[in-house]
Amino acid sequence: MVNGINLALQFLDSFAFIVLAAAGLAIIFGIMGVINLAHGEFILVGAYATTLSATKLGLPLAAAMLVGTLVTAAFGVVVERFVISGAVPNWIGQRTVGRDFVEPLYDRLADSMVATFGLSLIMVQGARVVFGNSIDTVGTPFGNIAYGAFSYSTYRIVLSGVSIALLVGVYYIFTRTEYGMTARATIQDEETARALGVDTERIYMATFAIGSGLAGLTGALFAPTLSMQPTLGDQFLVEAFVAVVVGGPSVVLGTALSGGVLGAIQAVFTNLYGTFFGRIALLAAAMVALRFLPDGITGFIETVQSRRQEGE
Amino acid sequence: MSLLELDGVTAAYDRTPILRGVDLSVDEGEIVGVMGKNGVGKTTLLKTVMGLLEPTEGTIRYAGADVTSASADERARAGIGYIPQGRDVFPKLTVEQNIRMGEKIRADSDETLYDQIYGYFPILDERANQDAGTLSGGQQQMLAIARALVSNPDLLLLDEPSEGIQPSIVGQISEDMQAINEDLGTTILFVEQNLGVIREMADRCYAMERGEIVDEVGPTTLADEDAIAEYLAV
Repeated sequence: MVNGINLALQFLDSFAFIVLAAAGLAIIFGIMGVINLAHGEFILVGAYATTLSATKLGLPLAAAMLVGTLVTAAFGVVVERFVISGAVPNWIGQRTVGRDFVEPLYDRLADSMVATFGLSLIMVQGARVVFGNSIDTVGTPFGNIAYGAFSYSTYRIVLSGVSIALLVGVYYIFTRTEYGMTARATIQDEETARALGVDTERIYMATFAIGSGLAGLTGALFAPTLSMQPTLGDQFLVEAFVAVVVGGPSVVLGTALSGGVLGAIQAVFTNLYGTFFGRIALLAAAMVALRFLPDGITGFIETVQSRRQEGE
Repeated sequence: MSLLELDGVTAAYDRTPILRGVDLSVDEGEIVGVMGKNGVGKTTLLKTVMGLLEPTEGTIRYAGADVTSASADERARAGIGYIPQGRDVFPKLTVEQNIRMGEKIRADSDETLYDQIYGYFPILDERANQDAGTLSGGQQQMLAIARALVSNPDLLLLDEPSEGIQPSIVGQISEDMQAINEDLGTTILFVEQNLGVIREMADRCYAMERGEIVDEVGPTTLADEDAIAEYLAV
């Protein structure tokens, strides 16, 4: 019985971590075709901004988390304008030498990886130069719940609730709002969307801001549980990538399903053999999944659906 | 009064020129065709008018204003509607969502316009909640026309409406376009290589070869099948 509770909590913990780590990356990749290797450092921005506004400015933790999320979203807009779309360098280019300096990185997977990897290095070292090797942390709120001989951090259970709320929220945004419909139309056919009066540049900017904001939220939420070092983003990046790749093309459903599947596997192995083997099992499962479902879980679902339609 | 005027428009993909000094004008209320074989630059011409491709030389005037360097979304808001080759409906949005994408352009589109559009294409009302990707070619063409019409455009650009569509539906679409021109007063510029469609729809027609307008064909010549077949001969 007690072991069952352990397993359930372990699953919720893994699920929350995977979903929260992946959400921002999945949106930016799914909609803009940009692989953001600086995703971990966007999480770093959220975590640092949250921690600093709580410890230095004395904000209550919830307010500090909101600040962390918004600061990261704003930072994302700056990165989008300068690096991803190249709008700022091109604006300067048009006014000085009369031509564009760079092409936007949309749908250029390899190029976007190189550019954002460079950005990630700059950000990690930048954080180290400005803030040193570590900063003071905020304590984990809510204390522990105890059952039998075990106790468990209440905050981590709250996080799993937040991760589900976040999936619902993102699903709502992309299927029910004006922005979501326009964004989906833009991914499916950018040229036609423009001919229908959609300012696709603004859509991309908004999407990058939302993806960055979610990364910032992840950093904000995990800030109380982590030690604040410039490299803290690394531990999110692997899970985030694995979840996005295993999830496949459909952003929300893919992230939810891969969070569920990978979270379950990680929970079982962690429970039986410890954290180290839990992580190995997660990566092994991802490798097996990609061998047999190269387009991810939702890619597989789409293939099955279209086959059934053809059969009708 | 001419609604659209192209003056010496040259456009290129990378460095390869596709349009070479195109002069063309469309008057308000007209249906003007541009005929030519595959690869003469018909699609490029429409994309340049829509603003999806910026001309390297020449000027484009629309409704009296110079729009040569205006972006596609600005031109859409100024009243140019576009129906791309191969329809390009959004396959994973529903029929209704596709149409609503068109509605966002202009504030002055109203409900009576919807009734009128569904009057032309009742099938779209029936299939409102179906994914657009599951429609047949002809139905997708109707959807693309409806999507362009809900913004109540003054000028409609239509790229090879007959391509990949059953001959029986092609005739119906030509008739619908003429009815739209008459009922709503929409000016239409279309490109086409199907002789039947050109003769049925166009008031006036340009012939295009290798990126240049080589001839202008009035109503009398349009009636003469042999004379215009020459422009489309291989």
